[in-house]
Amino acid sequence: MDQKIPTGAEKLIQCLEREGVEYIFGYSGGAAMPIFDALFDSNIELILVRHEQGATHMADGYARATGKPGVVLVTSGPGATNTVTGLLTSNMDSVPVIVLTGQTISSMLGKDGFQEADVTGITYPVVKHSYLVKDAADIPRVTREAFYIATTGRPGPVLIDLPKDVTQGPCDAPFVDEVNLPGYSVPTHGDPEAIRQAAKILQAAKRPILYVGHGAVISNAGKAVIRLAEKLRAPIVNTLLGKGAADENHPLHLGMLGMHGTAYANKAVDACDCIMAIGARWDDRVTGKLDEFCLNAAKIHIDIDPAEFGKMVTPDVAIAGDARLVLEELIPQISAGDTEEWLTQCETWRKKFPLKYAKQGGLRAQHVLDRLHHVTGGTAVITTDVGQHQMWAAQFLLSESNRSWISSGGAGTMGFGWPAAIGAQLGCPEKTVWAVCGDGGFQMTQSELATAQIHSLPVKCLIINNNFLGMVRQWQELFFDNRLSGVDLVGNPDFVKLAQAYGVKAFRIRRPADIDRILTEANEYNEGPCVVVAEVVQEDNVFPMIPSGAPLSEMIIEKPKGKLAKPVGST
Amino acid sequence: MMSQAIPTPTDSTSSTARRDLHTIALLVRDAPGVLVRVAMVFSRRGYNIESLVVSSAAKSGLSRITVTSSGDPSILEQMIRQLAKLIDVVHAIDHTSTDHFETEIALVKLACRGDSRRQVLEIAEHFNAKVVDYAAESVILRVYGGSDKLDAMIELFDEDSVLELVRSGKIVMARALELT
Repeated sequence: MDQKIPTGAEKLIQCLEREGVEYIFGYSGGAAMPIFDALFDSNIELILVRHEQGATHMADGYARATGKPGVVLVTSGPGATNTVTGLLTSNMDSVPVIVLTGQTISSMLGKDGFQEADVTGITYPVVKHSYLVKDAADIPRVTREAFYIATTGRPGPVLIDLPKDVTQGPCDAPFVDEVNLPGYSVPTHGDPEAIRQAAKILQAAKRPILYVGHGAVISNAGKAVIRLAEKLRAPIVNTLLGKGAADENHPLHLGMLGMHGTAYANKAVDACDCIMAIGARWDDRVTGKLDEFCLNAAKIHIDIDPAEFGKMVTPDVAIAGDARLVLEELIPQISAGDTEEWLTQCETWRKKFPLKYAKQGGLRAQHVLDRLHHVTGGTAVITTDVGQHQMWAAQFLLSESNRSWISSGGAGTMGFGWPAAIGAQLGCPEKTVWAVCGDGGFQMTQSELATAQIHSLPVKCLIINNNFLGMVRQWQELFFDNRLSGVDLVGNPDFVKLAQAYGVKAFRIRRPADIDRILTEANEYNEGPCVVVAEVVQEDNVFPMIPSGAPLSEMIIEKPKGKLAKPVGST
Repeated sequence: MMSQAIPTPTDSTSSTARRDLHTIALLVRDAPGVLVRVAMVFSRRGYNIESLVVSSAAKSGLSRITVTSSGDPSILEQMIRQLAKLIDVVHAIDHTSTDHFETEIALVKLACRGDSRRQVLEIAEHFNAKVVDYAAESVILRVYGGSDKLDAMIELFDEDSVLELVRSGKIVMARALELT
C-alpha cells in the first residue's frame, strides 16, 4: 500500500480526464506551473496558444462546434485577466467553458503578491459560477460541479481559481460522481398546462411565426422546429445564433430576423399575430424598439432559463424547459393552421425584397461570401468575427445543420472568429472549417496563426479586407454626416505576407473573376491552415438595416438618399 | 412632543410601511462570494438595498440573507428569478404580500441632559425601548419591533440629539408551516 498521494494538480488532471477532456487550451506561467507539470504525463493534449484571449475563444469554438465543454488553463494575474473577454463572450452566448486559473499561494491572497489578481472578484459578472479552491481536498468535488454546472441547463462558463499551494500540496480526496447543489435545478419537460395553452394560441393564430434562438441549437431542437412549422404551416425565422438549428434552406424558413436580418423575415415578424420564441431572449438587436415590437401579437416564450421571462418581454405563456422536449410535447397537440394566406404573403415579401448586391464596380464582400457558400456546398462549419462581414456572412451563408454556425452574438467580441475556428477544427477534424473575419478583428488575435500552423490544422480563414472598421464607418456615414472618426485602419499589414511569415499558406482575391478559383483552391488545401485575403471595396453598407432602437417598420432596405436621425437604441 | 399620531407600539407587524419596499428572504449556501453575487443582481439593475441581514440558517452549510429593496414590483419579480438562478441561492421569496412576522432592532444614542433626558425616557417608555447605557450626557436606547414603529420613535427625537443610530435591518419569517 505504498501508493504515492497525488498532488492537487495531478488530482485535477485526473478529474479532467474523467470528464472526457481531450484538449486544454492554455498558456503557462508561474502560478500554474504545478498544473502544467501534471499535464506533462496526461493524455490530454495541450494546445499552446499565443494569448489567453485566444485560448478562451478556442475553447468556446470547440464547445459550440461539439457541444462538449471547452477547457482553458492559464496562470494568475494578467494571464487570468486576459480571459475576461472570452468569459463574457461565452457567458452572453451560453457556452460551456471551464477556465482554470493559477493563483498565488493562499497565504498571499489579498496582499498584492506578484501576479496576484482577485480573479473570482473580477469575473463575478461574466461567469455562470466560479470557485476559489482553498483546500486541495475540494478539487474533485469542485471539478465535478464545475462541469455539471457549465454543461447543464442554460450552459455557461465556470471559472476555478487554484492557488499554487493547493495544486502543489497533496490531495487524497476520492473522485466525486454525484453533485449536491441544492440551489441548482434544471427544468427539462415544460409544464403540461402551459404547453396546452401555447398549443391553443398557436392553433388559433392566423399569422403565427416561430422565432428560433441559440437555445434550439443547444438542445438540438431543429428537427422539432421543422416538424412544428410543417404541421402548423407556420414560417420560421432565426436569430444570429439560432442559425443552423433549423435548416435555413427549408421553404418555410425566412432566414435571420433583426437589425440586419432579411427584409421578409422582419416584415413577417412585424405583421404576425403570434410569435413563439424557442430558446431566444428577445435581444435588442431582434426587437428594435421594444414598445412597438409585435404589439398585437400573442407571445409564447420557451426558455430553459426562467430569469428570461419578463426581462425584455412579458409573454402570454412562458414555458420553462428544454426547447426540444417542450416542442416534442407540443407537436402532437397541433394540427394544420389556417395560414395559407399568411404563407402566401410571406412568399410575396420574399420575392419582392430579396437580399441583393452589385457584382460590378469592384470586389464586394457579399459576392465573396455568396460564392464561399457555393464552394463549400453549405456544409462547412463557419465561424465569424464581428462587424459587417459577420452580418453579410449571416445573410449569405445559409446554415443547414446544427452547430455549423459559430459567431459572437451577445458580446460582439472582435477577435473571436479566428481562434474559434481553430477550436472548432480541433473538435471536428472531419469537417471543413472556415473563419470569416474582418481586417480589424483578425488583427486582435492574429498571433493564433502560429497555433494553427504548429498543429497543421486544415482550418481556413477568409479575411474580408476593406481597411476600415466597416460597421462603425457605415454608422458614421448614415448617422454622423460621414465624419469618419477612428475607423480608418491605415497601417494594416499585407495579410498575405503576414500569414507567410508564420509559414501559413496564403491567397489573395482582387477581382470578382478570381473568387471561385481561389476559394476552391483554398477549400481543398488541407496540408495546414490557409488564409484568403479578399481585398474588397472600401465603402459598402449592410442592408437591410433597422437602426438601433427603431421599430421593425422603420427598416431601411436600400441606402437612403437623405440624412437619418441618430439612432436612440443601445450601440 | 408626544402626539396622538403615534402608532400604538407593537412588537411585530405584518404590514410593510412603505408601499414600494419589498422584503426578500433568501436561503443560500454558505459559500464564499455568495453575498457579492446577490448584491450584484441588485446593483446591475440599479436597485438600492435599503437593508441587508446575513446570518446562519438552521441547517449547517446554509445561510440566510434578508434584503429590503424598493422598486417596481414587476422588475423586482424578474430580479428575484435572477437571484434564484444563482447557483448558491437555494430559494428567494418576496415576503411583501405573504403572511409573515417581521421585526427589527435599533440602537439609538441620544445626547441628553437635564429636562431633555426626561422627555427621552418618556418616549422610550411609550415604545418599550430599554435604556442599555446611561451616561452623564447621553443614553443609548434599544428598541425592537416593526420597522415603521422604529421609524416613528426615531422621528420623535430632535435630529441634533440623535448622536448615532444603528439598525439591524429587517428580518422576516413566514407564519405557520410556510417557507421563509
